[in-house]
Amino acid sequence: MYPEVALQDSVPSEAQPGGRAAWLARPGRVGRFLLSNRKATLGFVILGIFIVMAIFAPMIAPYDPNATAFLPTLPPSHDHFLGTTSQGQDIFSQLIWGARQTLLIGGIAGLAATALSVLVGVTAAYLGGLVDHILSVITDIFLVIPALPLMLVIAAYAQGGGMWVLITVIAVTGWSFGARQIRPQALSLRHRDFLESARVRGENSAYIIVFEILPNMISLIVAIFLGAALYAVLAAAGLQFIGLGNADEISWGTMLYWGENNEALLSGSPLWIMAPGACIALLGASVALINYAVDELGNPALRTARRQRGRRAAG
Amino acid sequence: MAVIIRRLEFFLLTLWAAITLNFIIPRLMPGNPVSAMLARYHGRINPAAMKALQVAFGLHTNQNVFQQYIEYLNNIIHGQFGTSVSYFPQPVMTVVTQAMPWTLGLAAITTIIAFLLGTFIGMIVAWRRGGFVDGLATPLFVILSAVPYFWLGLMAIYLFSVHWHLLPLGFGYDEGSSITFSWSFTTQVISHAMLPALTIIITAIGGWILTMRNNMVGTLSEDYVRMARAKGLPPLRIMILYAGRNAILPNLTGFALSMGFVVSGLLLTEIVFTYPGVGYLFLQAVSNEDYPLMQALFLFVTVTVLVAVLLADVANAILDPRTRAHH
Repeated sequence: MYPEVALQDSVPSEAQPGGRAAWLARPGRVGRFLLSNRKATLGFVILGIFIVMAIFAPMIAPYDPNATAFLPTLPPSHDHFLGTTSQGQDIFSQLIWGARQTLLIGGIAGLAATALSVLVGVTAAYLGGLVDHILSVITDIFLVIPALPLMLVIAAYAQGGGMWVLITVIAVTGWSFGARQIRPQALSLRHRDFLESARVRGENSAYIIVFEILPNMISLIVAIFLGAALYAVLAAAGLQFIGLGNADEISWGTMLYWGENNEALLSGSPLWIMAPGACIALLGASVALINYAVDELGNPALRTARRQRGRRAAG
Repeated sequence: MAVIIRRLEFFLLTLWAAITLNFIIPRLMPGNPVSAMLARYHGRINPAAMKALQVAFGLHTNQNVFQQYIEYLNNIIHGQFGTSVSYFPQPVMTVVTQAMPWTLGLAAITTIIAFLLGTFIGMIVAWRRGGFVDGLATPLFVILSAVPYFWLGLMAIYLFSVHWHLLPLGFGYDEGSSITFSWSFTTQVISHAMLPALTIIITAIGGWILTMRNNMVGTLSEDYVRMARAKGLPPLRIMILYAGRNAILPNLTGFALSMGFVVSGLLLTEIVFTYPGVGYLFLQAVSNEDYPLMQALFLFVTVTVLVAVLLADVANAILDPRTRAHH
């Protein structure tokens, strides 16, 4: 009745001796699933296009993104696919170059937030007792304190600052959700046989955490990274839009900032705001689609399958 | 009862943490931004207010950090947040209380509509899983959850205000009119709130739909649903009273957890629409380096979120018999 259940059973069980072997066995199966899932494929294609855009920006962009060399607020044309800004910059070139910083912030801040989640979640689960209690309470506190006001306060005191201030602020406010998901899974691994055997072998805690526990949570960690990266892209765009990044660096968020400050919507160059926002939305959507597919991988019941019809016919 | 007391404890603890964060953050920053701000405003605000600000931010060197902290806590308990620098000489409290009702109204209405509508759509989508609506709506809302709130707001302004001239561009009421409880003012408020509310509802609803769908997928495979089907109960009744009712509870917990995200999106939306609420005020405070106002706003927004979370938790404790049974 539930053919997908087979897949869940065949995911290497953590009870197997040798967590690393289990980890190596997993990626192939995960990869095959993601390739056969339409949502994930779409997500990977969009993400891939943006990555290519960011890497080869100097070759793709027709003009220097900063050059104010053209007539202001030109409509889209053969020379300027998306027209020009009110300062006479080529919007299409800015869009191509803007992919770089946006992707960089999303990737780095996402990784940093994930690392913090793993650190807090695994430490809490592994050490247990009072440490666990304190770390769990801190996680819950960061979970309910609204992120944007906290980010605004920190960024305001940091006085502008560039990409690294943004990354720090996003990582500090974005780790709690992941930590809350990591802890129970790490807790469930704690008394598995392969960890006991590692302890009996005399391995130290650091070795056990890095080489035995983490590899067994790799799919959860990937899911948390995707969620954190999505959060980072949206948060960075929001902060840059209200002027709390370095407005001289080109990214989709700062394009929105300049567009809004020059009243692009009212003064005839709406693409200045539409294009970077659409790119942020598409990038976010690609990450969200991949993330949703990873969710389906872990929980087969979520999949959009046609078995419902069969059951109703039977029932 | 024990659950509610535990939630109350957590509420107080988080409140203390937020207040303390507010105290620590400016002191952790390199190069003391607050004294730079005060130097800039020197001579523009009166000496007594200046002295109060120095005390508030610990620039009085004759006190150690602990004494400063005690005094800071004492001020907060008595509701003394000092004087706003950018709205001088108005006290911070006055400025904040003028903005709060706008934000609270917008937040309450949009959150309730998004929650009810999202839960209902999620219920239907899960009930007809694999059907046309599910195949279309689920990916659509996954994508929509990734669209920045504020950008959707900008697009709404472009379409409805700039292009079609249907609704006002921004702000809370027509320029030049004063706040009265008249019919014409009320319609102004509604037409100005329409676009911000619409953007918030559209972006927030996706999350409710997805969580409700996923919860409902779980309850639909429970034995009591199978039993209800076997008894031949009407499908609508099974959907709402059997599967739906039990899937809502985790959604309520999700409600508490997502409040922070909703409020963050709301503040940005207010900025886009220059809506006269807390979000717009926050931006003003940040860009004018009005640190006293900014700190008070952070506390007020956090307290509001904490109260909402507490209410959701209490509702959860009352509605879910399992939380009562444990104690």
